[in-house]
Amino acid sequence: MTTTPPPLLRVRDLRTTFPGRRGRSAPIRAVDGVGFDLAAGETLGLVGESGCGKSTTGRTIVRLLEPTAGSVSYDGRDISHLSQRQLKPLRRDIQMVFQDPHSSLNPRQTVARIISDPLLVQGSSAAEARERAVGLMELVGLIPEHIDRYPHEFSGGQAQRIGIARALATSPRLVVADEPVSALDVSVQAQIVNLMERLQRELGLAYLFIAHDLSVVKRVCDRVAVMYLGRIVEIGDKERVYGAPEHPYTRALLSAVPLPDPAAERARERITLLGDPPSPAAPPPGCTFHPRCPKARAVCRTEAPVLRTTARGEARQVACHFPESA
Amino acid sequence: MADSTPLLSVRDLTVTFPTQHGPVRAVDSLAFEVPRGRTLGIVGESGSGKSVTSLAVMGLHTGADVTGSVVLDGQELIGLSDRALNGLRGRKMAMIFQDPLSSLHPYHTVGEQVAEHHRVHFGSGRRAARARAVEALAEVGIPEPRRRAGEYPHQFSGGMRQRVMIAMALACEPDLLIADEPTTALDVTVQAQILELIARLQEERGLAVVMITHDLGVVARVAHDVLVMYGGRAAEQAAVDALFTSPAHPYTRGLLDSLPRLDDPDDAPLRAIPGSPPSLLDPAPGCAFAPRCARAARGSEEERARCAAERPVLGGPEGHPAACHFPAHEGVAP
Repeated sequence: MTTTPPPLLRVRDLRTTFPGRRGRSAPIRAVDGVGFDLAAGETLGLVGESGCGKSTTGRTIVRLLEPTAGSVSYDGRDISHLSQRQLKPLRRDIQMVFQDPHSSLNPRQTVARIISDPLLVQGSSAAEARERAVGLMELVGLIPEHIDRYPHEFSGGQAQRIGIARALATSPRLVVADEPVSALDVSVQAQIVNLMERLQRELGLAYLFIAHDLSVVKRVCDRVAVMYLGRIVEIGDKERVYGAPEHPYTRALLSAVPLPDPAAERARERITLLGDPPSPAAPPPGCTFHPRCPKARAVCRTEAPVLRTTARGEARQVACHFPESA
Repeated sequence: MADSTPLLSVRDLTVTFPTQHGPVRAVDSLAFEVPRGRTLGIVGESGSGKSVTSLAVMGLHTGADVTGSVVLDGQELIGLSDRALNGLRGRKMAMIFQDPLSSLHPYHTVGEQVAEHHRVHFGSGRRAARARAVEALAEVGIPEPRRRAGEYPHQFSGGMRQRVMIAMALACEPDLLIADEPTTALDVTVQAQILELIARLQEERGLAVVMITHDLGVVARVAHDVLVMYGGRAAEQAAVDALFTSPAHPYTRGLLDSLPRLDDPDDAPLRAIPGSPPSLLDPAPGCAFAPRCARAARGSEEERARCAAERPVLGGPEGHPAACHFPAHEGVAP
């Protein structure tokens, strides 16, 4: 095999465990052995329902949370055990965009200050940083004359543009976007999706795009990973996962999304799952999806399936004893 | 229409809030009808007035000036005393909200809270009310209802809490159920369960349902008729198929075009609507959507001036009116 360069981001067996309330509950394994690669300039969508660990995964990768085990390699170098001081030069390269644009911007700081702050931290002069902030405002579609305004003077969509400009200030190569459009009005979401797609083309960004909205994720990603209770249950090229889902959970999830088309809705056969996602403090034995799974058999109750390539081929992996193709 | 009078008939509904910046008209001259057994979807974004409308129908606005007419099963609700309205809420009309946890009392068991409805409205005894509560929980699909009736709201998941809210709302067998973003806080697999539950109960009881949502997918799944709101007014009203296949208002068209869809290829950029929803504090003199409108933008200078200056009134074909100077009705040149 010829040596291929390492991917921009390589995550292996990542685990993030929160301690349970003292003596009262078990530790919560929010992320329980997650692994994937993300190439430069690529978008990986991370989808799943609340409590599946998708946001915790993102926050652990950027080290807002400390991993319990596993590795996160950036550009071939394991960064999961670096100290915050050692991480500082890497902060230029890896940035984050948050869900609620207003609560993630300091209300007492002007836009100039918010956008230039990461540059000042990295050692730019005030004049350089301000000049760069003006350029970034233009880049994300804000009016540069508004640079001395405060966040409350902007709408939700504009505030998210400020959050994106701040993330781009240090010219990162990887942006972890955690539900970047889900707090926005429907008519504004498309603006931000288009902006993020344009910025990716122009700047060669890689995105880890975390969202619960499967339609938005399908729109923006090249590959997609579906999470359930702290683990990836299916990962692969977008066309394969969306077009021919193999994990029963992926199939149910896709069939639950309401389509904005009444005729299609009436014609559709839906797989309705019973019950709710279980608590990560007390995961079911075996395959954690088995209590809700329409296909569960005896082995599913005792043996946890591993993520593996299925009969259909190379570009997708599924953690199921009885995937669709089998 | 073959059907006699609709269960709910709203005419010229206007809701004005006094604020320190002067009066704000959150809902302006709204009219709609909901027959028994049918679901009206009210769609809109933040500030569209969709939630204010539902609270006004329920008579739950204190401190707002509500005018117009809301007739429920032949009875005018505007101007009724709180006492009279209290008698109707629960028995004739009921409401469920986005966040069930904030609508449930944390210190009382779920069974007590459902039972209280029966005691208050029917004067049932404690034991009978309790038995009815367990039945009601079973009916909305809560497993082991007898045991779960003795638990507290925090012990329930979001989806199970919303089932409890539905059990409470339907305890006194109302004719009208208003659901304000009932599944927005829920996961998509749980949303599907709740929407199915509401549809089943509607079929069994002939409920009229008003479903308020920002999600056009939810509307497509559950609604028979749709009211699209923008800036406190009706932008367009239509039967659900007509709305999705031939939207007349440029805002509806724009919303549908801007949605990323599971059933579409992702080759072209999304056609986003520019700008943001309008502020009600400073309403434009003309069409509220004009500053963002693709139709206005490609119009002649004269047309643009009209959109900016003159507020469009709801008009057009029977059954599919739109509030636009240049609506794209079928067979009519846009």
